[in-house]
Amino acid sequence: TPDPLITEVQEWASGLGLGVDDAPYGMPIHFEADVVRRNVEWLTADVISSINFTPIHALDGTITPQGCAFERHHSGAIELAKEDYRLMINGLVDTPLVFTYEDLERFPRVTRTFFLECAANSGMEWAGAQLNGSQFTHGMIHNMEYTGVTLRTLLDEAGIKPEGNWLYVEGADASSNGRSIPMEKALDDCMIAFKANGEALRMEHGYPVRLIVPGWEGNLWVKWLRRMEVTDAPVESREETSKYTDTMENGTSRKWTWVMDAKSVITAPSPQMPIKHGHGPLVITGLAWSGRGAVTGVDVSVNGGKTWAKARLAAPGQEMALTRFYFDYNWQGEEMLLQSRVTDSTGYVQPTKAQLRAVRGLNSVYHNNAIQTWWVKTNGEAENVEVS
Amino acid sequence: DKLGLGRAALPEEIAAWDKDVRPDGKGLPVGSGDALVGEEIFADQCASCHGDFAEGVDNWPKLAGGMNTLNREDPLKTVGSYWPHVSTVWDYVNRSMPFGAAQTLAPDDVYAIVAYILYSNDLIEDDFVLSNENLADFELPNVGGFFVDDRETTEYPQFSAPACMENCKDSVEITMHATVLDVTPDDLTDDDPVEEAEAPEPVVEAAVDPALIEAGERVFKKCAACHQVGEGAKHRTGPTLNGMIDRTAGTVDGFKYSPSMIEAGAGDMIWDDATLHAYLEKPRDVVPKTKMSFAGLKKAEDRDAVIAYLATFGE
Repeated sequence: TPDPLITEVQEWASGLGLGVDDAPYGMPIHFEADVVRRNVEWLTADVISSINFTPIHALDGTITPQGCAFERHHSGAIELAKEDYRLMINGLVDTPLVFTYEDLERFPRVTRTFFLECAANSGMEWAGAQLNGSQFTHGMIHNMEYTGVTLRTLLDEAGIKPEGNWLYVEGADASSNGRSIPMEKALDDCMIAFKANGEALRMEHGYPVRLIVPGWEGNLWVKWLRRMEVTDAPVESREETSKYTDTMENGTSRKWTWVMDAKSVITAPSPQMPIKHGHGPLVITGLAWSGRGAVTGVDVSVNGGKTWAKARLAAPGQEMALTRFYFDYNWQGEEMLLQSRVTDSTGYVQPTKAQLRAVRGLNSVYHNNAIQTWWVKTNGEAENVEVS
Repeated sequence: DKLGLGRAALPEEIAAWDKDVRPDGKGLPVGSGDALVGEEIFADQCASCHGDFAEGVDNWPKLAGGMNTLNREDPLKTVGSYWPHVSTVWDYVNRSMPFGAAQTLAPDDVYAIVAYILYSNDLIEDDFVLSNENLADFELPNVGGFFVDDRETTEYPQFSAPACMENCKDSVEITMHATVLDVTPDDLTDDDPVEEAEAPEPVVEAAVDPALIEAGERVFKKCAACHQVGEGAKHRTGPTLNGMIDRTAGTVDGFKYSPSMIEAGAGDMIWDDATLHAYLEKPRDVVPKTKMSFAGLKKAEDRDAVIAYLATFGE
């Protein structure tokens, strides 16, 4: 039968739409209202010191829109106006300095794209499959194009003394979230950012200025950055001792596990993205990244890792940025145990959960970069499972 | 090649912001305190989240206990069982606590609170005086329990073998299902839209400016860490605030108030506009030992707005 959507004149093809300026700053069309950040209430005591998740299951490409990029606050997102903003550099420097926001905009500028992953991403999956959806298992990540100034440029302005081999960074919010970063990293590729994806940072991401620490755990990317202190030793703050350390089976704990190892996940199909069309062509897609370099390849398995085939990268992998992959598949309604596995430019291959647990045991929270499995059933629905 | 941007930081400015304290004691201000004094301050300022004995309330951090659990299933990580340095506790309490009123404690108070946390972990006697002189020498049990990231030797070589493509394993069985636990939040699209339409109209007096209520909703975000309002509100760190306007202080069922709040209610303190204004501006000026550790709303328009917002929630 002819499709009335084609044969009949539709209201939108006859009447008028909205004028310009209907929304001076637009939101996604309301049909997309479910593509939003989500919180998992039982994870934390309250929403002020908490985290939510990027809807990676429903996004494509590699850039995360700021409005749905996950948030993590330790004392809530604060409102800090540009004119009230100050950045101090002190400690082991020739001249301790204070910059206004306007000062920062006068330094030579750079624009670079990086992923930010929380060290706790997939942390709830350490002991076993828990959450049904790539948003919840892998959504503590986003990827943005940042504009700002390199730390090397800013620190050179103050002049680092030879014994200054650490940089302590802190935010203007009540948590201050202080972290110590080796000077070598600070001078290598760290930057401050005041723009993301072309526009000002959102409040929840540190407006007006945040720190960018490419490839390293998100907790180091201090928001509302207010002070950088050049020191000769780490401060050993709360966030680098009692948190963001990884306890092994024997009860000892790794510290300074800053770098995010290579990881990938199939974002669709997945528990929140069941296959709703019939048999035949199916796009299997996902994200891959590495904090130690670029993604060089992604393999996909439909049988829980018995056999693997190469996925197609949407674009060559970029250093410490998300890579989109596609696996074009002809689905005939069979059950699948879907997995993806990334290889990065160091030759590192994403491990299985069993491999990680053999080294670390079950008591770690952070840095779970293991291969994820989705069990796709004959009706197209999917579930988070673990396989032998 | 300096650009000459920015200006020199003044010593007073550096002193105001450079507060971090290191394990060797660098950064500690002069001061002291013991657990006996600390217990009182802790009860007032910290116990509503961390419990009277630092044992933790709800999901808030437990600060005491958990000794010798680090190599067991679900280790309990507290200051006593896990933290490597006392300096870290001092630094964090000094700069970031109490939650909602950070940077309001005097150095002696911080020493006393830290002493009480150590005492709660059976690490000192209650008359031990912690000070800038001895803090760096105090060793926590797990100080030797940390080692520097060794993934480069323990993981990278074994995870860098060529990836298997064919015949990687003989069989594959599902060993665990997420649905067994059922802890995933519900799908947003499951919400029944009819329910929303039937929700009762908020109790708003006609004279109240909707913009003021809206402003109050924004201000209330500062309160929402501890207080819930609206349908389904539950007591959290603070009591629910439905129907609180013109109610007698300290009288909501099921909430454990501080003795001083109950006393205020017994003295007929009513949450009328004037009392609320005074309390929200400086809580401890009105109820000296309230356990509400909140610095206060300095701006009168913020207080007006949040009171207007609270007035929209009936019992």
